[in-house]
Amino acid sequence: MERDEKLPTGSSHTVSLLVENKPGVLHRIAGLFSRRGYNIASLTVGPTERPEYSRMTIVVLLSSKTVEQVVRQVQKLVPVVEVRELSPVDLIERELLLVKIRTPEKNHAELRALAETYEAKIVDVSPDALIIEASGNAGKLDALEDRLATYGIQEICRSGRIALERGFKTLAPPNLK
Amino acid sequence: MAREKMTGAQAVVRALEAEGVDWLFGVPGGAILPIYDALFDSKKLKHVLVRHEQTGAHAAEGYAHATGKVGVCFGTSGPGATNLVTGIADAYLDSVPMVAITGNVSSALIGSDAFQEADITGITMPITKHNWLVTDVKDLPRILKEAFYIARTGRPGPVLVDIPKDIQNAELEFEYPETVNIPGYHPPVREEPRLKDAAALIRASSRPIIYLGGGVRTASAYEEVAQFAELVGAPVVTTVHGKGALPETHPQCLGMFGMHGARFANYAVQDSDLIIALGARFDDRVTGKLSTFAPEAKVVHLDVDPAEISKLVTATVPLVGDLKLLLPQLTAEVRKAFAASGRADLAPWVKKVADWREKHPLHYAVQGDEFIEPQHVIRRIWEKTQGKALVTTGVGKHQMFAAQYWTTTQPRQFITSGGLGTMGFCLPAAIGVQLGKPDALVIGIDGDGSFQMTLQDLATAVDLKLNIKIFILNNLFLGMVHQWQDLFYEKRLAETPLSDLPDLVKLADAYSCLGLRARKPSELEDVLDRALAHKGGPVIVDIRTRPDAHVYPMVPAGAPLNDMIDGE
Repeated sequence: MERDEKLPTGSSHTVSLLVENKPGVLHRIAGLFSRRGYNIASLTVGPTERPEYSRMTIVVLLSSKTVEQVVRQVQKLVPVVEVRELSPVDLIERELLLVKIRTPEKNHAELRALAETYEAKIVDVSPDALIIEASGNAGKLDALEDRLATYGIQEICRSGRIALERGFKTLAPPNLK
Repeated sequence: MAREKMTGAQAVVRALEAEGVDWLFGVPGGAILPIYDALFDSKKLKHVLVRHEQTGAHAAEGYAHATGKVGVCFGTSGPGATNLVTGIADAYLDSVPMVAITGNVSSALIGSDAFQEADITGITMPITKHNWLVTDVKDLPRILKEAFYIARTGRPGPVLVDIPKDIQNAELEFEYPETVNIPGYHPPVREEPRLKDAAALIRASSRPIIYLGGGVRTASAYEEVAQFAELVGAPVVTTVHGKGALPETHPQCLGMFGMHGARFANYAVQDSDLIIALGARFDDRVTGKLSTFAPEAKVVHLDVDPAEISKLVTATVPLVGDLKLLLPQLTAEVRKAFAASGRADLAPWVKKVADWREKHPLHYAVQGDEFIEPQHVIRRIWEKTQGKALVTTGVGKHQMFAAQYWTTTQPRQFITSGGLGTMGFCLPAAIGVQLGKPDALVIGIDGDGSFQMTLQDLATAVDLKLNIKIFILNNLFLGMVHQWQDLFYEKRLAETPLSDLPDLVKLADAYSCLGLRARKPSELEDVLDRALAHKGGPVIVDIRTRPDAHVYPMVPAGAPLNDMIDGE
């Protein structure tokens, strides 16, 4: 079969990594994705319950077969302690959205109501602009963005996906200190 | 081991001694001076002063190829480090265990664009198994221990340790660790091997083929491969790094397949119904066009690197693990399956392959008395050395002629740059091979273009009085590119003719070694005999070969494997 993963087609997969918290680790991982042509939709990194390890959540747009290859390649990186594609069925995923709307004050009440529907908050108000904060899965945030578009979106900042699997399973191998 | 106070530089020397390093290769420079100063006191480490860091890296590769031990090379910061890059990349693609150690500017200067500063850990990230920039001298013993461990275990490969000058000078309480604990490095594999499934496929197959790669050499699994192959009875093909994995004189061995493999070997692979790949990675140079590769074949793929499984060709049954441990288990399982349920009759298949072999042998013609045929040179050297020499090659037509006509019968006998295809590999690799195997006869088969990429290290070979014999198949062309231009670019020879320079005999003289030349077939025998008889240092032999002698058969890049040009 030919490699045809150059274009960002394929479906969305969530890959979770436990990595050593050391300088250059992000570079190693990002470099691997870039040189092997794996398209990253989002990447987040943050501390974990163990200070010597970080957790990365990488969302890729690839075929399932290629994702398997991604996982095997990433596992070869020495600072990567564990890597797995999280099962879409058991996935709890969240993303944070900040969006700045430029709109006259008369619309603020309407926007406040809209925000409430999406369990979002208005976190900054100026006479001609406000910032809404929302969190949730990607689908919900996309829908909110669509609704807000009519009011004139000035800027959007999304955190990228973080995710955990339901149940007692964890990413950390049992022998990890 | 008792703790001992010393500098970082001394710790490097002590660690290398503890790892059993004997030869290492490098060039000193400002940022690695403390290590060289410490090296000056070592009684165990023998440093070879090469004339360019790239050749140091290739020599380390040659040493590692020949001995199975880790090759070690040194370079200073900046250009010293970047000169190592080609050798490191070569080792990465050919899974050669190597530890490269570089000095860097002092920690305080890193990131300031200091004199001779280069981000060598950043540069070599994609071409090493792992690399380290040492930021605390206390980490040095652990890092060096991990470096050697990672380089030689699992799928071997190069690693790089970059040590700033102030770290080399800083003091530590040295204690070399006995074990490693790297949470993210798992050479042993967690997947349960599906031996029964593999045995069932092998039992049922009526047209199996065994495909051997460099992994057999890496695992030193020669005996295990022979036992397996003889039990299964299938024809055996190899990659260029698989040459010698089963002696090419073995009746089942069809030799190399792929772009310049024999027709019969390629036909056999294409027509097989089961490919048993052992320590191989389905490189594009062996598969030809992937979508047309062995269309009816199921695949049993045994490899130590899980990322090679189903990377290019989907494995029907993957077997991840160390070839030396896993293959005997597979052999036992296959034996059980044969005993329990019988097996398909291979006789018609073996006959078919034998017929192809008879009808389409590898061959060349000796035409007239004007030109020396390159293939003939390889055969004559082989015959004169009873096929016992260790061979290194450069990259180009001469390399493929050598791969086709040097019948390889021993492990670690045919040493070449396969994955990266690095011209200039021959001479430095021969230096490393000879140092690793001091009693062996070491032959280099090189091309005129390839030789000129690293020839400065003739000085190193002369210094060391190495009896290496470099035969340069000189066609006054960048021959392999010339071949592609002849075949695919309407004979438009853009920048491939090489001038008749340097005079290789005078060059040998300038380096105080023996230089010989054969221009015509009538001169060949005497020159080969004199070169092979020579003692007391290297010999450079300039053999003028037919310029348009191309390597056939050839599968054009991107064509199906059985779609070969010529060679009939």
